[in-house]
Amino acid sequence: MTREEIIKLIFAIIAEIAPDEDLSHVAPDVPLREQLDLDSMDFLDIVMELRKRHGVEVPEADYPELVTLDKCVAYLGPKLKK
Amino acid sequence: MDLNTEYDVVVIGSGLAGLTGANQLAKWGRRVLLLEQQPNLGGLAAWFRRRGGHVFDVSLHGFPFGMKKSCRKYWNQKITDSIIQLSRIRLDNPQFNITSSFELGDLTRLLIEHFRVPPEMVDRFFRRLKEMEFYSESSQTTRELLEESFPGRSDVHRLLMEPITYANGSTPEDPAITFGIVFSNFLNRGVYTFQGGTDNLVREMRLELENNGVHIRNRARAEKILVKQGKIAGITVGGQEIRCRAVLSNANLLHTILNLVGKEYFSPSYLDLAGSVRMSGSSCQVYLGIREGEEVPDFADLLFTSTLPHYDPAALSAKEVTSQSFSFYSPKIRPGHNRYTIVASSNARWDDWAHLSDEEYQADKQRLIGKTIANLERYLPGITDKIDHREAATPRTFARYTGHLLGASFGTKFEGLKVSQDISREIGGLFHTGSVGIIMSGWLGTVNYGVIVAHSLEVFLGSPSRGDQGGIHEI
Repeated sequence: MTREEIIKLIFAIIAEIAPDEDLSHVAPDVPLREQLDLDSMDFLDIVMELRKRHGVEVPEADYPELVTLDKCVAYLGPKLKK
Repeated sequence: MDLNTEYDVVVIGSGLAGLTGANQLAKWGRRVLLLEQQPNLGGLAAWFRRRGGHVFDVSLHGFPFGMKKSCRKYWNQKITDSIIQLSRIRLDNPQFNITSSFELGDLTRLLIEHFRVPPEMVDRFFRRLKEMEFYSESSQTTRELLEESFPGRSDVHRLLMEPITYANGSTPEDPAITFGIVFSNFLNRGVYTFQGGTDNLVREMRLELENNGVHIRNRARAEKILVKQGKIAGITVGGQEIRCRAVLSNANLLHTILNLVGKEYFSPSYLDLAGSVRMSGSSCQVYLGIREGEEVPDFADLLFTSTLPHYDPAALSAKEVTSQSFSFYSPKIRPGHNRYTIVASSNARWDDWAHLSDEEYQADKQRLIGKTIANLERYLPGITDKIDHREAATPRTFARYTGHLLGASFGTKFEGLKVSQDISREIGGLFHTGSVGIIMSGWLGTVNYGVIVAHSLEVFLGSPSRGDQGGIHEI
């Protein structure tokens, strides 16, 4: 998957979890939770959706790898390549 | 309903955590059996009907706005849309008499204008709360946090702490993060309830579970959780054995370990930890039904009243009741129902009620009812003549209804969370959810904890290590 595809996939999940958030100005290198109104349950929802939709398992120890968009791309890239 | 003899998951107990966990697992395609010992689902999200057309809600006092988000994500839009705000929370005691929505803005205003706290002090405190997370390592107690933030201001400490003591039984000796997380949840837009009452909510949840394929059995008390070679093999209920790969216990944590499983299946170190878990206390309640055709003046949604000179958590739980919270239910809360009910709650201790003779017990319940009505007369003169049903519940009532040790009505203290979470490391496929650790208690806490544990259970079921020797023990 390309970087754009991974970001699109993350945004699709966030849009469902937090439908009121504006995703058009999310900076890739700033923690998502500093830019969006996401709490720890929303974060778990992202993990659960990654598993359900894309078969990607993110163990709890790896949660920090999803903190920014850049980190999501780096972490999920190898796991999403088909 | 015909039951299969094999499921992916058996959920024991249908408190909000068990219900939400069961729903989540069913949505992921798991075959789920939900067992509830009572005729109604809901656990302590309970209600009951009495002659005269009264419907009483046991624990629907008010929950944070976050419930709206959780219901949308884990239940459905209809349930979400029935959530409405309770905007008038009144606190009356010898130190102050105020009404607030408990939203950040309103509480800030009160602290500055009424309590004359410097704005920067208020701001610093609320920012501090916002930064608190479960993972923030800190040994600070709530008392230390409050004293550091508002030195010497016992009235401010009371304003911030007393409602939380009513809400979850916690005290200033509990970790500051438990206070911070719970209080921040309420500050974020205030206090909410379900329009339609508990019965309506649980009916909607039941429909949703059935739509998602959950098998539900009421009046079914799980007798034993069966373990073979360190892994879940099944459960027994009504003498029948049902095989399953995992159990999600929404029963009391210690009841799960000691009675449902049996301590011989756990490691000594885990049992030590479990042995140190304290309950967060119990409750007394008085249910007052107002005669048909009579009204209750609309003066507050919730009233926290106390005659104690200062905030004193030990005295709040004393048998000689000085402090109560009143929840007022009007036809606004139950559209189509024309009755008013009032539910008074106070914190209570098991030991004060457990050992009374039947005669003493009945007499003490009547005394509690009398004191409660007298207390209410101070705010609503003449209310006594409008009441046509009065009834009390005590820690014994809670123990009988839930099977909780010591009649616990708020779950466990903070240390219970780790014991709850670690149970799956002891026995492959065994998970616990429910009111634990203070932060996972209450309506919002238990719904969210149901999801958190359901996710771990789902990972277990799907994990390639299943069937391996040792399995999850190796973690």
